[in-house]
Amino acid sequence: MTDPQATAAGRPAKIELRDVHKAFGSKHVLNGVDLTIAEGESVVVIGGSGTGKSVMMKCILGLLKPDAGSVHVDGRDTTHLSGSERDRLMRHFGMLFQGAALFDSLPVWQNVAFGLTQAKRLARAEAKDIALSKLAAVGLGPEVGELSPAELSGGMRKRVGLARAIATEPDIIFFDEPTTGLDPIMGDVINDLIVKCVRELGATALSITHDMASARKIADRIAMIYGGRIIWAGPVSEIDRSGNDYVDQFINGRAEGPIQMQIREG
Amino acid sequence: MNPLAPIGRAFIAFMHGVGHFAVFAVQALSHCVRPPFYPRQILRQVIDIGYYSLPVVGMTTLFTGMVLAIQAYSGITDVGAEVAIPTIVVVAVTRELAPVLAGLMVAGRIGASMAAEIGTMRVTEQIDALNTLSTNPMKYLVVPRLIAGALMLPCLVLVGDVIGTFGGYLIGVYRLGFNASAYLSNTWDALETIGVISGLVKAAAFGFTIAVMGCYHGYTSRGGAQGVGAATTNAVVSASILILILNYVITELFFSR
Repeated sequence: MTDPQATAAGRPAKIELRDVHKAFGSKHVLNGVDLTIAEGESVVVIGGSGTGKSVMMKCILGLLKPDAGSVHVDGRDTTHLSGSERDRLMRHFGMLFQGAALFDSLPVWQNVAFGLTQAKRLARAEAKDIALSKLAAVGLGPEVGELSPAELSGGMRKRVGLARAIATEPDIIFFDEPTTGLDPIMGDVINDLIVKCVRELGATALSITHDMASARKIADRIAMIYGGRIIWAGPVSEIDRSGNDYVDQFINGRAEGPIQMQIREG
Repeated sequence: MNPLAPIGRAFIAFMHGVGHFAVFAVQALSHCVRPPFYPRQILRQVIDIGYYSLPVVGMTTLFTGMVLAIQAYSGITDVGAEVAIPTIVVVAVTRELAPVLAGLMVAGRIGASMAAEIGTMRVTEQIDALNTLSTNPMKYLVVPRLIAGALMLPCLVLVGDVIGTFGGYLIGVYRLGFNASAYLSNTWDALETIGVISGLVKAAAFGFTIAVMGCYHGYTSRGGAQGVGAATTNAVVSASILILILNYVITELFFSR
């Protein structure tokens, strides 16, 4: 199935969200998200804290089930996949988590090799070679491979998380706040690595962030989420003349404007 | 406001928790019999639960066997003490004390660490990361712990049976001056298959209970360090209470006439 909403470049849609709703109790987090990501495209979703960015990403990954609407990957409805079908689908995905989410019980190289040894059933020696080459690709030497994740600095953890996300050479990579908690220089290093890795793999990328410097660097296209909806989407070059007051307020970081910060939850 | 409302609300919340737990337990059990399996993870848990609990279980049962011999002696007239004490020690240890005390000690040691480890993995998104790496966290984290728990507790209790009985022997022979060979043969005469078997069945049930409570509370923990702390407490308390209840139920099944 090809998608009628296929983006400007005319490429087929890799990921498509149609009218996705998700509520927790009485709190509606997603109110009909529509988003199409073309194959090979890098989309960054921006938005304030608590606007539903993470929930949207988890709905695509199947970590949360949408209350309504559907998620399509490669034209196939994946909204209700579970069990081994879901596991098989996840082989197309790589994800860099906000806190890197490295497994503390395993040394760094086994973290990077995890998808290779567990899902792809590669032999340990072979998986280790690949893991070390992926670590090299993110600028870490082989000696780092033997360390435990607890011994790494924040920037190094993000790099290892990135190496793990790209180790199985997925065709879709997700980045959850890739630069949060890093100093600006290290943030830029991670941005460069993300751009390089995504380009080398030819992967489709979806990132969520509120760091505009990061968004401008990583994105082909930017979408802004507010109130559980995508309120604007367009090429990164047009973000400064979007004509949308919400987007303007957000990218310029102004307290005054149509977006009123929710001080209290709910 | 209706004065019964808080009671009803608490009851509904409790039943909600029970239902949630039942679903979790059934899911976990169904994953126990379906591949893929993770032998490396099972081995790690076997070592953690079995081998590293040996000192705790050994110390507990040794001193319990010793105390039992002294208490029995102080409560019994001299007549027949040489037969009564080995009998009391070996029956009490194999039927009740080794399984229950080993179960409670392991619940404190292992139930807490399972809940804390899995709970931390939950709040630091490591469980989500397992999902994105095409690995079912139920199979990778929960199943190995359940299998290792149900297998290793009987082994620990068997060791505890021997050490507890030996504790009684130490007191009987070295403090009370019984004849060593007579003590051993009296012990042997009093040892019954049903007592040991019922103890091992209890141990397997306790081991499973400890693991499933640790995993459940860890897996469903929310809200950072405080959530993990609460999960750890709940895992140990609920496992301990369930052990005592199960002990009664299994004793009824084996010994009621």
